[in-house]
Amino acid sequence: MQHTALADQTLELHDPHSFVTKYIWSQDHKVIAIQYGLTAVFVGLVALVLSGLMRLQLGFPDTFDFITPSSYLQFVTMHGMIMVIYLLTALLLGGFGNYLIPLMVGARDMVFPYMNMLSYWMYLLSVIILMASFFVPGGPTGAGWTLYPPQAILQGTPGYDWGIILMLVSLAVFIVAFTMGGLNYVTTVLQARTRGMTLMRMPLTIWGIFTATVLGLLAFPALLVSAIMMLLDKIVGTSFFMPALVSLGENLDYTGGSPVLFQHLFWFFGHPEVYIVALPAFGMVSDVLACHARKNIFGYRMMVWAIVAIGGLSFVVWAHHMYVSGMHPAFGFFFATTTLIIAVPTAIKVYNWVLTLWRGNIHLRVPMLFAIGFIFTFIHGGLTGLFLGNVTIDLPLSDTYFVVAHFHMVMGVSPIMVLFAAIYHWYPLMTGRMLNDALGKAHFWLTFLGTYAIYLPMHYLGFLGVPRRYFAMGSTDFIPESALSLNASITVSALIVGASQLIFLFNVFWSLRHGEKAGHNPWGATSLEWQTPDVPPHHGNWGPELPTVYRWAYDFSVPGASHDFIPQNEPPDAAHPTSDEHDERGGAI
Amino acid sequence: MDTSKPDNSGYTEPGVSGMVADWAADKQAFDMPWGKLMMWIFLLSDTFIFSIFLTGYMNVRLSATDNWPNPSEVFALEMFGHHLPLILIAIMTFVLITSSGTMAMAVNFAYRRDRRKTVLLMAATAVLGASFVGMQAFEWTKLIVDEGVRPWSNPMGAAQFGSTFFMITGFHGMHVTAGVIYLSIVARRVARGDYEQKGYAIVEIAGLYWHFVDLVWVFIFAFFYLW
Repeated sequence: MQHTALADQTLELHDPHSFVTKYIWSQDHKVIAIQYGLTAVFVGLVALVLSGLMRLQLGFPDTFDFITPSSYLQFVTMHGMIMVIYLLTALLLGGFGNYLIPLMVGARDMVFPYMNMLSYWMYLLSVIILMASFFVPGGPTGAGWTLYPPQAILQGTPGYDWGIILMLVSLAVFIVAFTMGGLNYVTTVLQARTRGMTLMRMPLTIWGIFTATVLGLLAFPALLVSAIMMLLDKIVGTSFFMPALVSLGENLDYTGGSPVLFQHLFWFFGHPEVYIVALPAFGMVSDVLACHARKNIFGYRMMVWAIVAIGGLSFVVWAHHMYVSGMHPAFGFFFATTTLIIAVPTAIKVYNWVLTLWRGNIHLRVPMLFAIGFIFTFIHGGLTGLFLGNVTIDLPLSDTYFVVAHFHMVMGVSPIMVLFAAIYHWYPLMTGRMLNDALGKAHFWLTFLGTYAIYLPMHYLGFLGVPRRYFAMGSTDFIPESALSLNASITVSALIVGASQLIFLFNVFWSLRHGEKAGHNPWGATSLEWQTPDVPPHHGNWGPELPTVYRWAYDFSVPGASHDFIPQNEPPDAAHPTSDEHDERGGAI
Repeated sequence: MDTSKPDNSGYTEPGVSGMVADWAADKQAFDMPWGKLMMWIFLLSDTFIFSIFLTGYMNVRLSATDNWPNPSEVFALEMFGHHLPLILIAIMTFVLITSSGTMAMAVNFAYRRDRRKTVLLMAATAVLGASFVGMQAFEWTKLIVDEGVRPWSNPMGAAQFGSTFFMITGFHGMHVTAGVIYLSIVARRVARGDYEQKGYAIVEIAGLYWHFVDLVWVFIFAFFYLW
């Protein structure tokens, strides 16, 4: 029995008429995506400013009176949490996931548009709750973005009274929002694909977003449960995570809880979260690389299985964040092994990206620059991950700037590079205008070289043993004077990179009105989102008839074809050889 | 439709590759309405929530420094002059499992388009669910008022006994309450005939949720009361 997917029922889509239903309380996945995107970029800018403040203190200690040790810790915490959850997760899944899934699989909208809309409003609520913590007495929490108890809720930690409560409530609301969106993404990919769009014809972007959403639906419960338990510890006085302890000379009422339990729960969420961010980025960068190299992605089927394998393995590596928590060496051995195994599918993906570029007809347009930049930063951050995955190397490097450098290269800079690639690539589809090329190139080179100027020296600081999260080094013997001047140079680079994002913002707003008209499919892309009758696509996406898909998304430079690309919905034609047989076997490998 | 088979439906191969081809074919991976699949995926996610609650409970119980009270004694009642361990929990479990039976019958009658019986059976399910919540309220009251158990302390031993008990049964009780409300709304719409056009898959979807809540209770019962 065939069930009619919502995507086929134009009746279900209420055409919006007023401004409010069209742009505010909108159920259109494209409007919701833009709402998600703008909100995420806004909080991301807040977090960027916080990182600038942190760098000011580290680079020029004793210079800025308004940065106290407490506020420094609050900047660290809010910067980390906002960037990981409220910017990267929300922008990659809520923003690009919402925009691209229905367009790329050939649906009219998500299967449950009303819940999709609620998802955005819950996300906005979580952002408001989080931002409110800047204005409560005591300010936001300064517990570090991992919020480890017991210190997170004890007197002495900044924001221990109000900030931590708002943080935990905001996370819980975010998880509700993510679940409502995530159910839509997964169900739309599984049940609302158009005719001919088999799973193995989906662009890798969709595979990445789909797998990441599944990870999110299974990993966020751990964060929800730990948030609930810590809230109860804080408000009601239970002792889930709190052992009996003496604080500020006072015996507290807590007894017999387990702080390590929180670490397990947090990282059972926290490690998949790395891949919730990375997998959509992997997918989008694959499509950008193939399109701008005018070449099919190398090893499509391998790429899909690598995404799925990474997703599965990401649930059995979490304790490599906890090597110094005093775990049994046998567990350390197990988690080190799984961590190294996960490098295998990841390396396959990197080789395939490089092989996609090999002998391709590479167009160094701005999205491509960012995509190639991503390959550099990701290899870089990935290799230091192998260092930290080994228990013996991790122990001396733990809690130093080496960890900060690794983490920011692999999970900060790399997904951000892909996000920029994706914005430059899909902006013409979303707005109908191209972004300015010269500004884009300036933005790329400043960002790419600037991030190296920031994070390469941090590896050396880490080897010296400079600890992270410290407000000031003071007169510590093992930290030489030169480390302080290195810190100053990092700060200058960080401020330049931060300021160069203004070029990007200016470009985005200026090009809305003054950008070159993009027209239909300016990059010569094959995937369905560029084949809509209108650019930008209208409500309902496809006009009266849904597209039919005849081939995979990577028919670039097919020998004998009239163009150097064949869209997915172009029927096979006797005059042109097609790669359809090729496609049935899942592409070249 | 031309000969190059863009439409893979009905295209089958034998064995494992056929299964993969079927599953990966276009349009729909699963032969069900999208709402039902969405409920399944939600329940998978919710399974993780309850699994983590129960795993956290086990961890906390093992690491607690004080004695863990014996649940079959704590939850015993004096009835008709007999001392009956776990009697209330046994009745609650019986009521909830019975409600799963009435729910399954409601789904059956819904697909037969027997609206009157469907509504009656759904109402029965909701009433059984509400009485479960009522008995839970009684159990909480007894624990709080008579035994002096609090989320943060417990005269019988480890404080975590009360903490985990109130948290997990409370979270489950909220699920049952939400289910009662959900069933009542769907039952009212069935009674009004709202689903005559769309079909009655919604009753089955609500049923999935209800059976899930019931199944979770079995695990809570096993891990909390019987251990």
